[in-house]
Amino acid sequence: MTGVPTEHIIEITYLIATALFILSLKWLSSPTTARRGVFAGEIGMLLAIVGTLMYHGIVEYKWIVIALVLGSIIGVPLGEVAMTAVPQRTALSHAFGALCVTLVGTAEYYLRAPSVPPFVMGVLSMEIILGSLTFTGSLMAAGKLQEILPQRPITYKGQNFVNLGLLAVAIVVAGVLVAHPEKMQLFPLVVDIPLVFGVMMIIPIGGADMPTVISLLNSYAGLSAAAMGFVLQSKLLIIAGALDGASGFILSVNMSKAMNRSFTNVLFGAFGQEQDGAGAGAKETRSARSASPEEAAAILAAANKVVIVPGYGMAVAQAQHKVRELFDGLTKRGIDVKFGIHPVAGRMPGHMNVLLAEADIPYDKLLDMDEINGEFSQTDVALIIGANDVTNPAARTDSSSPIFGMPILDVDKARTVMVIKRSMGAGFAGIENPLYYMDKTLMLFGDAKNFVGAIVRELAGGHE
Amino acid sequence: MKLDLLTSVYVFMLAAFIGFEVIRRVSPLLHTPLMSLTNALDAIAVVGAIILAGESHQHGGRLAKILGTIAIVAATSNIVGGFLITDRMLRMFKASGPRKQ
Repeated sequence: MTGVPTEHIIEITYLIATALFILSLKWLSSPTTARRGVFAGEIGMLLAIVGTLMYHGIVEYKWIVIALVLGSIIGVPLGEVAMTAVPQRTALSHAFGALCVTLVGTAEYYLRAPSVPPFVMGVLSMEIILGSLTFTGSLMAAGKLQEILPQRPITYKGQNFVNLGLLAVAIVVAGVLVAHPEKMQLFPLVVDIPLVFGVMMIIPIGGADMPTVISLLNSYAGLSAAAMGFVLQSKLLIIAGALDGASGFILSVNMSKAMNRSFTNVLFGAFGQEQDGAGAGAKETRSARSASPEEAAAILAAANKVVIVPGYGMAVAQAQHKVRELFDGLTKRGIDVKFGIHPVAGRMPGHMNVLLAEADIPYDKLLDMDEINGEFSQTDVALIIGANDVTNPAARTDSSSPIFGMPILDVDKARTVMVIKRSMGAGFAGIENPLYYMDKTLMLFGDAKNFVGAIVRELAGGHE
Repeated sequence: MKLDLLTSVYVFMLAAFIGFEVIRRVSPLLHTPLMSLTNALDAIAVVGAIILAGESHQHGGRLAKILGTIAIVAATSNIVGGFLITDRMLRMFKASGPRKQ
């Protein structure tokens, strides 16, 4: 090739790709520029792939092209899943990313063995350990979210000990390989033990802990890719991996704060433990007041300001479109309607916002916990749909409650609280919610979709 | 290729700081698209897989080709699926009122 050598062209494509990746995340900060961010990411990715294909060391293109085409064919349906299925899709894509990294790491070891420099062996082990535990862990998480696997956490005595023991063995074996990279018979252990660990890590985790787990797996996937960048001496990969790792880390910290779990608790995969036996609390004997759709509609129609608090139950009941109709009906009467969204509502960070945006609710009406909590004292009606523990005032007042200290939405400060719920049963964690027995609370028993639909009809009927 | 460990560590550290600063500013509103976008970007690991599958190796070449090819499939599906779903989600986020700010 004449003029600029190919190596330089490749480096330039990588440099531009890196800049575009950072801009991509920067533009994602606001909904007005976010789509530009996706576009920047796409261009960066395309440049980097085209640049790589120009690499002179590549002697055979047949399998590369087949793999690229096949991957695209698999990728399209994964991009078209329903919005309710986004959490399991995300878990599955963490698994794919980790699979890629693990396979490349494994091949790199066998290509380089028996003489691998200690530093390379060290990061290679890290890449493979993080990659394989993320692979099986994410598959398990996806299985639980898709409800192929039981959602219920499975715990047994000494679970943490077994899990940490497994991880420790893998790390020790990796340490031996760093000192003696020629012991090739040990290498499969570095791949296989973390594969088992990934499964064991997710076994004790229940559905409500999934937002934290998905974020954590996201972080692991990023770190393993960064480790791969160290092995391959690719700055592009180190940077992309570091960005992904940082993103997963921030989300994990957010989620664990929102559930009042310590970060070490999260790091060691010890989820679900604290909630064991949480249901053993004393049974409430007080009675709750219930109301009909007509009464609920009348109270809503008389309000000036309404805050709707949606939880995962709303998504399960597929009620978001009816909720939009309610939003429209109330807004048309000049009532100020906002949504208060707890960080762990839904099955992954931000899931509830996506579901409500899909139902055409404007995003400036979706407020997170910190933004909405100051507004409840001026709110006439707080309407809770399919959320429970995130509204439980016991988290503020009752130090014996398992969720004590968890930040909650202060719905009890509103003038009237209405809760749409199937029955009086306790929430996911089996914790009694004193909110339901307050004088200002009205229980609206029924299926979320049907009940909201009934309120909407009442509002429309009363208006005409 | 010359191993330049220290440079790699510097690059990682700086990228992590940039990552924290940039991602901290992403509103909780968009945390789901954030995760699917970073997931797509993370699949840049495909460049390593492409070289692995395409290069000729003295020994272990068959294994490298097989593993590299599967790795390309896995990463490419993340790239295509990740960008598609992120854009689909972001298209749904609309501000209220007829005018854009």
